[in-house]
This record gives sequence, C-alpha cells and structure tokens, in this order.
Amino acid sequence: MSVITLRVNGQTRTVDVDPATPLLYVLTDDLELRGPKFGCGLGQCGACTVIVKGEAVRSCSVPVQSVAGAEIITLEGLGSPENPHAIQQAFIDGQALQCGFCISGVVMTAKALLDKTPNASDAQIRQAMSNVLCRCGAHVRMLAAIKKYQQQRLERRTA
Amino acid sequence: MTPLLTPDARAELSRRDFMKRSGALVVAFSAARVASDLGLARATVSAQGINGVGSPQLDSWIAIGTDGRVTAYTGKCELGTGLYTAQLQLVAEELCVPMDRVTLIQCDTSMTPDQGTTSGAQSHPTNFNHANLALACATAREALVQLASKRLGVPVEQLAAADAAVAVRGDASRRATYSELIGGQTFNLQLNPKAQRKPASEWTILGKPVPRVDFPAIVTGRFEYVHNVRVPGMLHGRVVRPPALGSTLVKVDEGSVQGMPGLVKVVVRKNFVGVVAEKMWQAEQAARRLKAEWTPGRTVPDQRTFHQHLRSQKATRDVMTVDSGDVDTTAGGGTVLRSTYHHPFQMHASVGTACAVADVQATRATIYSATQAVWPLRNTMATMLGLKPEEVRIVFRMGSGCYGVNGADTVSYDAALLSQAVGRPVRVWLSRQDEMSWENYGPAFVVDQRVALDPSGTIVAWDYESWTLSLGGRPGYNAPGNVVTGNLAGFQPQGVQPRSPAPAPTSFDNGSNTAPSYVTGTVGNRSGGCGVVKSERALTHTIESPFFTGPLRSPARLQNTFAHESFMDEIAAHVKADPVEYRLRHLRDPRLRDVVTAASQKAGWDRRPSPRNGNGTRRSGVATGRGMACVLYEGDNGYCALVAEVDVNLSTGLVTVKRCVAAMDCGPISNPDGVRNQMEGGIIHGISRALREEVTWSGERVTSVDWRTYRPWYLGDHVPVIETVLINRPDAEAMGAGETAITVTAAAIGNAIFDATGARVRQLPFTADRVKAAIDGKA
Repeated sequence: MSVITLRVNGQTRTVDVDPATPLLYVLTDDLELRGPKFGCGLGQCGACTVIVKGEAVRSCSVPVQSVAGAEIITLEGLGSPENPHAIQQAFIDGQALQCGFCISGVVMTAKALLDKTPNASDAQIRQAMSNVLCRCGAHVRMLAAIKKYQQQRLERRTA
Repeated sequence: MTPLLTPDARAELSRRDFMKRSGALVVAFSAARVASDLGLARATVSAQGINGVGSPQLDSWIAIGTDGRVTAYTGKCELGTGLYTAQLQLVAEELCVPMDRVTLIQCDTSMTPDQGTTSGAQSHPTNFNHANLALACATAREALVQLASKRLGVPVEQLAAADAAVAVRGDASRRATYSELIGGQTFNLQLNPKAQRKPASEWTILGKPVPRVDFPAIVTGRFEYVHNVRVPGMLHGRVVRPPALGSTLVKVDEGSVQGMPGLVKVVVRKNFVGVVAEKMWQAEQAARRLKAEWTPGRTVPDQRTFHQHLRSQKATRDVMTVDSGDVDTTAGGGTVLRSTYHHPFQMHASVGTACAVADVQATRATIYSATQAVWPLRNTMATMLGLKPEEVRIVFRMGSGCYGVNGADTVSYDAALLSQAVGRPVRVWLSRQDEMSWENYGPAFVVDQRVALDPSGTIVAWDYESWTLSLGGRPGYNAPGNVVTGNLAGFQPQGVQPRSPAPAPTSFDNGSNTAPSYVTGTVGNRSGGCGVVKSERALTHTIESPFFTGPLRSPARLQNTFAHESFMDEIAAHVKADPVEYRLRHLRDPRLRDVVTAASQKAGWDRRPSPRNGNGTRRSGVATGRGMACVLYEGDNGYCALVAEVDVNLSTGLVTVKRCVAAMDCGPISNPDGVRNQMEGGIIHGISRALREEVTWSGERVTSVDWRTYRPWYLGDHVPVIETVLINRPDAEAMGAGETAITVTAAAIGNAIFDATGARVRQLPFTADRVKAAIDGKA
C-alpha cells in the first residue's frame, strides 16, 4: 500500500492503496464516484472512460500510480443533474441512451475528441467511437447528440 | 431533495434504510416499517402470494400521503427501456396528479406487489391495461371521487378529479383535495375490475413523449446502479469458475493465496468457489492466484457440424403448436418448396458485467440485485441460503441493460453465498470472462420449412419443423440450479424431459412465433393466426443443451421469425411476386397488414419481384437491395414490419445496412419517444446479432469470452438511417414494444441481401465470408 495523491474533478484526493490498483477501482470504491463503470477490465468497451490530461483514458487498464498528480475528469466532473455540461445536455435533449451504463465511454470519448479537434469530421468521430460499445443500440441518437454538441460548440466559438 | 423522487433520490433513501438496518436483529422485514423509514406514505404491503399475480388489495399499489402525494408500488422494474418513466406517466394520468407529485417504488420484496418477472415485452400489457397497476390507479381515482361525493354532498356524475383534488364540474371552488379525502389513511378496498380507465382521448401525460426521469442523473454520473450500492463494512468477492464445461472441483489449495494482502476468506461450497477480500483489486488478484484442481470437462460436439448433431438427436421434447392434420397430403402434390435455416447460440453480453451486493446474517438477508424477478429470487435465494423466504429481502437496483436473463440472478447468488460465509456484506462483480463463459445463452436453432403452392402460386400448406436446445433458464421460484452459481452450489438445472410424439394442441399458443404469420392458426374451431393458409403444422423438438440457455431478447421468436420471413421471401421470389404484395396476399389480420403497408410506403418500396433486375450475375462492385419482414410478436403482443436497405460488396461479401424503415403498432402508445428509442435500439441490436454475433466454443470450453472474441456493433461501426412509423390504437389493448423490431431485423436484412445479390443466406450471422460463399455458390 502507498499513499497516492490524485487530482479528480478539480479536487485533491489522497488514497492509501496498492499502487498497481486500476484507476477505475480507486475512483469507484475509494472515491465513490459513479460515472466510470466496470465493463470488461480489458480496455475493450469504454464504460470506464475518464479524461486524463485531456486524453480519453480507459481507467480499468491504468494503474493508479501512473496518474498520480494528473488532472482526472470523470462524468460527474463535467456537470450535475441540475446544471449539466453542454454535451450531457445534448444527450438529455436527444434522449440519447437507454440503460446508460456505457455513457462514460460515449460522452468522455466524444468530449476528449472535440476538445482537441473541434472540427472533427464524421469519419474522425466514428474513428474515435470505434472502440466504444453500447449494447442497447442507442447508436443513432448518441451520434446525433455528439454532432449537436459539436455544432453548438463551434457556434459558441464563432459567436 | 427535488420534489420528484428520481430513482437516484429513491436509491439514496433506500440506501440509508439499508445502512440503518444493516446489523439490526430483525427476524423478518416489516413492510410498514420499511415504508415509514423511507419516509413514504403509509401503505399496506403484506407478504404477497408467490404466483406473481400482483395483489387484489388497492393499498398494495397506491397510497395517498397526508401531503396529498401519491406513492405507487410496482412489481415491474426499469431495465433501461423507459418503463419506470412510463409507469410514472400512467399513475399520474389515471390519478389526475402532476408527475412530480408521484413517487414510484419498484421491485422491493418488502414493499411492492409480487408481479413475478419483469420480462420486457410483457410488462406493458401487464400494467397498462385493465389489471394490476392501471386498474389500481383507476380504482383509487373512483374511490376518491366517491369519497368527495360524500364529503361535498354532490353525486359522482357531477364531479371530476384533477390536480390531486376532486371538484364539482363547473364550480372549482367546491372541491376536496386527495389529502383531505384520504391523506395518510388506507383505502381498504379491493381492486375493482369494473373501474373505468381514463379514455386515451383524454390523456394529457400518458401518450406524450415525456423525457426519461432518470437520464439527468445517469448522464451526469449520479445515478445509483447496483454496482454503486455501498453498505458499511462491505467486502469484495470474486468467483472462481470451473475451467471447462462440466468440470467438478477436486480440491482447492488455500495455501496458494495464504498471506495475500486483504484476503478474508476462500469460500467453497460443492463446486462453487470464491474469494473475499477487503478490496476488489485484492479479491481479483486472489481469485487469479488461487490454485484449484478440477476434473476434466465435457467435450461439446464440434461447432462446425453442431447443427447436424442437433437435428440428429433421438430423444426430444416435442411441442406441436398447430396441426391441421392434412399437411402431408396437401404438400404431396403440386409445387413444393423446402429450405433449412440455421441460427447460432448468441449471448446477452451486457456492457457491464453483473453485480450484486448481499448482506446475509443468521436469520435475515438483504440482497441488492439487478434481477428481473425480485419475488422469485427471494424464494430461490432462501433455498440457497437455508433461510425462510420471509427472512430474505431482495431490492432491485438497475444494472446494465440485460436483454433477458443475463448474469443478474447468478451474481446475486454469488454475493449471497460469499456474504453468508464471511458474515459481512459482500459485493461481487463478475469478470468479463466469467460472465461470457457461463451465461444463459439464447439457443441455437435448426428450422426446416416446406410449403406447397397451388397453380396460381398461392401457398396452400405450410409445414414447419425445428430443433433447438434448453438447459436451465430463469430460476423462477424454485430452480436456483437454472443458472451457473446455483448449479455449482449443488442444485440441478431444469433439463429436458423427452416427450415424443407431441400431444395435440388444445389452443393456438404462438408465444414463440413457431407458426408463421401466414397460417390460420386453427385449433379446434378457433383461428388465432394472422394468415389464410389452412393446411398448417408447426412442430418443435427440444434437446438438452451443453450450455445454460435462457430468454434472450425475442427468445425463439427471433430465430423462428428469421426462418419464416426468409422463407416467405424465397417463396415470393420463386413465384416472381413482389415480396410485400405476396405477404399481403396471405395475411388477413388487418393490423399486421397495416404495419406492412405503412413501412413499405414510408420506405418508398418499389413493387417488383426479388432479386433486383440485373443482380445475381455480377461478381464485383457493390449491389443494392431491399428486404421486408413482419411479425405479430408472440402471436398477440405487438405488430412490426421492417424494410431494410443494404449494400453488399460482391467481392468481399461485406454487408452494409444503409437504411431501416420500421412501422409498429403496440396498441395505445404510452410514450411515443420511448417507443421510437426501443425501435431504433432493437434494430441496431438486431443488426449486431444478424451480422456478427455468435457464441463459439472449442472442445470443452467456450471461446467467445470478451469483446474481441464476441464482437458486437460498436458506435464507430456503420449505422443506418432509421425511420419509424407509429400506428397508435387508443382503443386497443396495450402490447409490448421493446422486442418487436429486433425480431424482424435479421430476416429483413437477409431478404435485402437476396434482393441485391440473388444469393440466399440461410445461416446467421451474415458474416462477409458466409455471404461471399453464398454469392459464389450461386454461380
């Protein structure tokens, strides 16, 4: 066990864990965050995705020690039910999910892409989402919500 | 707290209750006590019967608080399809209160009526017609109007309920609020079968596209899934499953994990093995390192020839759905067409692995579970733990979308067995491999089809014969061995009792869509089918499966509909008829005809026979085609027709679904946007299953155990344009809406592939290799 300091959603959090523990387990159990979910533990589905230093990262496959001190953002770090982030609002407006278990993968992957590449083409968006899995089949609405958010984001910039 | 008790807020309340009670010496769960601890309106909730029929007592369903808030109790839970929101709409509508004045409690054995299993498409008809929750609401509204009549001295005919009060029509000043009428008291009434539902024409909440109440919490990471339930002192468990099918435990070497950090206990019960540790990471490592010796497994017949193996079985469980007795004679002369269709084993493969939290003590157990069946699970859990059913409380918490009996029940047993062994609360969430290797798969099918045609090309006889497999399934009220953990712990799964020949049917039950839509479905002197073909037979053989099986979204209905709707297309092509026109020629059910017509019109269907002129000769480039399929789901539970348009790469066999147009009629629509979401999701799920999904195995092991080896449709994969047409029937019975579109997807795609290429692919999934082989084989 070792004491590790993390920066999560703008707050400094200290945990005493085995440094090899996957980041996901620390986020869900030690910090009791509900955004990132365990889907496969293999980095194959995206349900555990968080944003670390601007990159979408599969938190199930990252030892916690490797992100000590780095800025980590989870789904709850974007917005709240009362004040959702624009990308979360786009998903609510579009009713773009069903069971919602996969939503961290969808929202955080899309957000990381559009933060870096605001003008991402449809092909680039599809490429970014190529390893994100939704089993309820909400694909059409999810992609539409991402596009809507992208549009709004671009309009805000030019406004 | 927000005025609307969101599932998340409810979860918070209930979690506090769990925490408060955890460790308390309570012999059985007092429903009234639990309800009052939750701050809910007082309601009489006694132990319900175990037959899943709900409750005849109004107070089991509806309570009016002193503040006039309505609390409703339902035995049908949210599985990700929107049922929670739709039920809120129903209660608010029938009781004439705004939605934010309704609290809905779902699936908790200490509080809610026993409604058996929330099996997707059955929930809408169960709770939205003239029984159960809907009837309770109507009964309560009429009772409130009667109470107001007495209080105001005005006949009921002159009263109307609105906004949580009953007022004199035309004189809003003379009114009594629900709170004044009955707040904090019980109704002491039985459900009144004659209570009148509000006519759909007067709906202002039900029937509207109300947004899902749980989405804001889900999208912002605040929603409490079962995976997020935390109780004080909770430990973490992992299971160690056998290495192969049929392996039994020889011994466990506990020394192999001795001294591992955080390890609390190695737990063994017959063939069930698990470890408990302080943290999940520790449990996971211990589970990996634990040395266990197992007997060799049981070799499963070769996958490449499995369908031949399946149909060659001698002893089978036979079911005759319909038999006019003259099929062999009718099909003896004239033109006879035959085809055989193959469907693979497929799995639920929920995006999140199953999880449960259990707190088992000497005489009481509380289990947080994403089960579809809290009341049945309470009984089998009691059996597993050696407790009385009334000592067990099962509390539903949503999990990852399940699509049928995924790992939710089995992991509930896992958590409970481990908790019982250590005497502390334990959470288990399964590894991806544990879940995929051992879940209850949707079974493989072989279907032989045969029809006879008259000289005009009309079908005069239809003969269906299929072979499928079964082992275990839902545990129900008494069979914990139907899922892997119960079986490992020593309980037997329900197998297959051979019975041949099948007894003659006594009524037409097309619940598995074994009979095609085009037959009359005549048993005795009643015709329950949708079609006109009078000479008809549908016979199913079931053998014992090497894997656990269970209901997977559109169980057997999808497999059968693939065979029926593909074959119908083959017949139409044989007689050079337009596939839509040819279907309509054989359908008499007006509602099925309507969805077929609506979908084809919306799609701009070009009337002509398949394959498309000029297709079937080229061997390179891309060919385009369109296909139609339709169904009356379960013979009585939702109409759907789908037109699929595809591109087929003739060089590679790769199929791209470009556009899907679906029309659906599920009776009165409770939430049109929710229905569309289900249709769209069903189609994408259906594309995934039609083009990719197949359980694989080798020797004694399943080999499709992660997302590389069982690869579904990802968000980056090509997504078609999807258009939906809703046919609303305000005066009809509510039917299912979640499983109809997926049922017709594979067949519509297969028919479109044929239209594009002239090649008929009779085996799912339509992989590029398989499609390419069909294209080449046709040359």
